Amino acid sequence: MSETTKPGHKGQDYEQTLDRSDARVAAFDRGQHSPLERVQHVLHNNPTLVPVIVLLVSLAVFGLIAGGKFFSAFNLSLILQQVSIIGILAAAQSLIILTAGIDLSVAAIMVLMSVIMGNLAVFAGVPTGISIVIGLIGGVAAGGMNGWLITKVKLPPFITTLGTWSIFYALLLWLSGAQSIRGQDIDANAPFLKIFGASFNIGGARITLSALLMIAVFLVLWYMLNKTAWGRHVYAIGDDKEAAQLSGIRTDRTLLSVYGLAGLVCALAGWASIGRVGSISPQSFYEGNLDSITAVVIGGISLFGGRGSILGALFGALIVGVFRSGLRLSGVDVLWQVFAIGWLIIIAVAIDQWIRRVSA
Amino acid sequence: MKKLMTCSAVALATMAGGAYAQTNACLITKTDTNPFFVKMKEGASAAAAENGINLSTFAGKYDGDVETQVAAVETCMASGAKGILITPTDSRALVPVITQAREAGALVIALDTQFEPADAADATFATDNFKAGELIGQWAKATMGAEAENARIALLDLNASEVSVDYQRDNGFLNGFGIDIKDPTDIGDEDDPRIVGNDVTDGSPDGGRTAMENLLQLDPDINLVYTINEPAAAGAYEALKSFGKDEGVLIVSVDGGCPGVRDVAGGVIGATAMQFPLLMASKGIEAIKTFAETGEKPQNSDGLDFYNTGVELITDQPVEGLPSITSEEGLKKCWG
Repeated sequence: MSETTKPGHKGQDYEQTLDRSDARVAAFDRGQHSPLERVQHVLHNNPTLVPVIVLLVSLAVFGLIAGGKFFSAFNLSLILQQVSIIGILAAAQSLIILTAGIDLSVAAIMVLMSVIMGNLAVFAGVPTGISIVIGLIGGVAAGGMNGWLITKVKLPPFITTLGTWSIFYALLLWLSGAQSIRGQDIDANAPFLKIFGASFNIGGARITLSALLMIAVFLVLWYMLNKTAWGRHVYAIGDDKEAAQLSGIRTDRTLLSVYGLAGLVCALAGWASIGRVGSISPQSFYEGNLDSITAVVIGGISLFGGRGSILGALFGALIVGVFRSGLRLSGVDVLWQVFAIGWLIIIAVAIDQWIRRVSA
Repeated sequence: MKKLMTCSAVALATMAGGAYAQTNACLITKTDTNPFFVKMKEGASAAAAENGINLSTFAGKYDGDVETQVAAVETCMASGAKGILITPTDSRALVPVITQAREAGALVIALDTQFEPADAADATFATDNFKAGELIGQWAKATMGAEAENARIALLDLNASEVSVDYQRDNGFLNGFGIDIKDPTDIGDEDDPRIVGNDVTDGSPDGGRTAMENLLQLDPDINLVYTINEPAAAGAYEALKSFGKDEGVLIVSVDGGCPGVRDVAGGVIGATAMQFPLLMASKGIEAIKTFAETGEKPQNSDGLDFYNTGVELITDQPVEGLPSITSEEGLKKCWG
């Protein structure tokens, strides 16, 4: 092809003008994209980029406003510690939301399992290790119950978990008698329950085991979602359940495993919360389910399922923590913290909608 | 066995028939989660059984659940209740429905929380929350002695909506400590340099811990911590411990729940002001009985627009001039 366009080549008359013609092969239209559209494309391919940018920008902004008190190794590690429980819950919530579901019962499962572990180990004299295992199995059972109702009884996830939220909550009130278990009683009878409250220092930072647990949970789930067939099935179901079923994925079984796994993660959060809070209170984390959804949404995981990285939820939880700490240390009243988090959610979903339009 | 069951069924049916002549009453609490209201319900049920009153109980699903409480009042009116005991979850929003109940001839008594205006109900049986705060403020001041001039104070409040119990306890504490509180219905309008800051806890240990951590970030030298209730105090203690500051910081609180009194015994909380939910409930039931029999309504305490059910300071480090009881005695009186 290039030979015919060589300059100076003598050919037929009509071929004389060939070298002035367009020599390019057919190509996709490129020139008309504005920079904004290119940003849209990049974000569409990397949904975690938005929360990462927001996190870095908010760290920088609060560092400037609140100064050294905010931007110290100690305070940053404190934020990590403060978001660890909601962060683990957000990991469980992400699993569910990736399948285009939603779980309103995560916090109730978490607190119920911490009450069960505490009652068994502190009052019933069951060895602490066995109490914890029973609590973790209880978490799988509670999550599995959600999954069973959704896949076998064919109820929508929202309604199912709205119902089980009340059921688990009533059970935990009954089991605890609306009473908290004091930290001193746990120390005396079952100190191992508080293991995730233990910490060590690196430089000026104090890292608690609950923060490490949160990061470990996210890394393990990220690996499972991205490097295993099971994980790809989860994404496929969230994207289009019928298509997934038609291509041979056993959707019910996968969904059941997702809910069971989420229940296990919630129970782990329950164990970690005993170390973090120091006592076991049935009144703790009443809004934990909504806080976990907030983290997931700000983390750029689509509520319509099938899109987003679970690591986004980690960044989402951290963004909320950074905003709360930064606003607090800048001396801003509590109600403006609530105000700011509200706008964060709306902006995050607006960006998600805008990115989705790229394929339209 | 079967025969026994038939017998008791007959007995039940007879009792139900007898209940026709009984006085009906209702207890409507804020939630079933807070041990304070759980205990109040127990006290009311016991007093009702003693006085031959047929008591129905209701509770909101969460703090601020106005709809459920309104529906409960309507149910009570429909059942012909002679008296309604209610802890209004919203001091203003429930006034219209309560007015209807009074017009229908029921005696309405607010427990623990006042209506706005207070005379929307026939009577209020409540803790003087300002006084409760004042007691722990005075105790803290006397305990710190000359050091009170250099106090670094953290205030752990309830939530952003600043309900009456929240600002009354907070301002009562500051007043007792000798700080100019300016507007007694506003939290955080003080400008005394000894105050490090306010934060909210939702009255729970996880909220207490996070709030305490945040305030310690503002000033690591905090040496006096006021908390809205004892669960928040337990969380604050955990935060102080993790900062290596569990010694030398005074924590004061309000409530008098049994875990809280045990925390006084264990040295976690320096002093707490105990309130008496059981007394509120039993006084309320007695008032309904009197009203049903004689039509007489209960009177307020002198100088207050409510009947004061009392408050008692619990501490193991008593100070001169301030009556208090030890945690050991407190454990006999505590609720929940």
